[in-house]
Amino acid sequence: MEQAQINKTAIRIRDLVFRRGRNTILDGISMDIQQGSIVAFMGPSGVGKTTILRLISGQLKPDEGTIEVYGQMVSGMSDRELHHFRRNIGVLLQDGALFTDLTVFENIATPLREHTDLPEPLLRRLVMVKLNAVGLGGIEDLMPHELSGGMARRVAFARAVVLDPRIMLYDEPMTGLDPIAVSTVRTLMRETNDTLGLTSIVVTHNVTQMSQLVDYCYIIASAKIAGEGPPEQLNLSTEPSVDQFMNGKMEGPIPFHYQTPGTPWGLLD
Amino acid sequence: MGDHTTRLTGPVAQSGQCLLFLAKMISGIRFSSSQVRSVLQQTYLIGARSLVIIMICGFFVGMVLSLQAINALEQFGASDQVSLLVVKSLFRELGPVLTALLFAGRAGTSVTAEIGLMKATNQIEAMELMAIDPIQVIALPRFLAGLISLPLLTAMFNALAILGSVVFSIGVMDLDAGIYWSKLQEGVYFHKDFVGGIWKSLVFGGLVSLIAVFFGYTAKPTGAGVGTATTNTVVVSSVLILVFDFIMTSFFT
Repeated sequence: MEQAQINKTAIRIRDLVFRRGRNTILDGISMDIQQGSIVAFMGPSGVGKTTILRLISGQLKPDEGTIEVYGQMVSGMSDRELHHFRRNIGVLLQDGALFTDLTVFENIATPLREHTDLPEPLLRRLVMVKLNAVGLGGIEDLMPHELSGGMARRVAFARAVVLDPRIMLYDEPMTGLDPIAVSTVRTLMRETNDTLGLTSIVVTHNVTQMSQLVDYCYIIASAKIAGEGPPEQLNLSTEPSVDQFMNGKMEGPIPFHYQTPGTPWGLLD
Repeated sequence: MGDHTTRLTGPVAQSGQCLLFLAKMISGIRFSSSQVRSVLQQTYLIGARSLVIIMICGFFVGMVLSLQAINALEQFGASDQVSLLVVKSLFRELGPVLTALLFAGRAGTSVTAEIGLMKATNQIEAMELMAIDPIQVIALPRFLAGLISLPLLTAMFNALAILGSVVFSIGVMDLDAGIYWSKLQEGVYFHKDFVGGIWKSLVFGGLVSLIAVFFGYTAKPTGAGVGTATTNTVVVSSVLILVFDFIMTSFFT
């Protein structure tokens, strides 16, 4: 990666607070995500990693704090502005979320049909280029239920990048895939990010899969950033939450029981 | 719909949300070629695919109505009036209402289940994230297709019911065909009886399709949630069809 690219901030988050009822999910998160990098949000299940993705894509509004993407304030956008903003964002959801009643071709063509006026031959060519790029040329007429999990994830990937977004958001992109499919998706993510100069954010709880892919990690625990840095540096961290998560220890500050205000467990403290 | 509106519950709030949903759909009508194509496609799936059940039911309703009418009218020696009684009640009430009830069970449920399942499998969320408005792309074509289909299906139901009545009255009960048709021609009016019923069915079409898409769109994204939404579609649309039928009949008669 070129140094010039790295120094530019793509996403700037300041003092982000998000509450759900009485629970504070995120409490005072601040971060700068550099353009061209692949960044992971890691942490135990249910800690609010996906919530950050939803805040960045504007599906949720923060209770306090700001989120800025390429200088645009996402947290204050109207519905119309958000609609426009999302054309620059590609999202790969946990299970791919392909449209089950459309063929593979139509799945990838949907964003193009909605947002461009390309003539049919050009549209067809563009879809085939994306499909070939994920190594699946020739399956365009299949239905989503005829695909394996890995293939479906790659089709969803092709659909997410078909409008050439500037930012890619991945929600657990490798969950439920076999090791070969994991490597394929990982390579695709890295290559796409570097060739198109994207900025990617990956939400995951799989430590080993991510340490081979990402440039920078944020470990989120107890609503705050417990640790951050390149993966190799985090592996050596002595911070108790980070150490507990990275090494999968049961003992540590991250609790086993779900914490709610007023549970009997409070009596034992 | 924002969090502050979904938190409200109860029929009043839900009706308000439903009307807002309708307004959002209507504001999305563009008459673009892709929209027209998708409305036609849904009209085929929702309307044309309901034809067989509507036709079979229409035929038997026509037969059973004639059977009962002839039995009753015979006591006064007025069985030659059967076509008048059967066709008037069909055009004005039974055609629109029965077709709408069948349509709610056949097409309404499938629309609710389809949209609910799309929500449960994150397809709706994926669309929002692609800056595609699911209300316009998913809900609107199904709503318009229902609105177009139901009056056409009602006309078909009426036609088959008359056929059933003819088969039973003339074929089985040996009534005179000439009297049957001349009574019908004399006493049944195209505008007052037939068109009035079609207007009703247009309202029922809008009602059933609105309820079906709204309940699908607001279903809880779980198996049980989609199941409940599907049941609610049938229950709520059936009740509202009968309520609206009474209101419209009492105003326009």
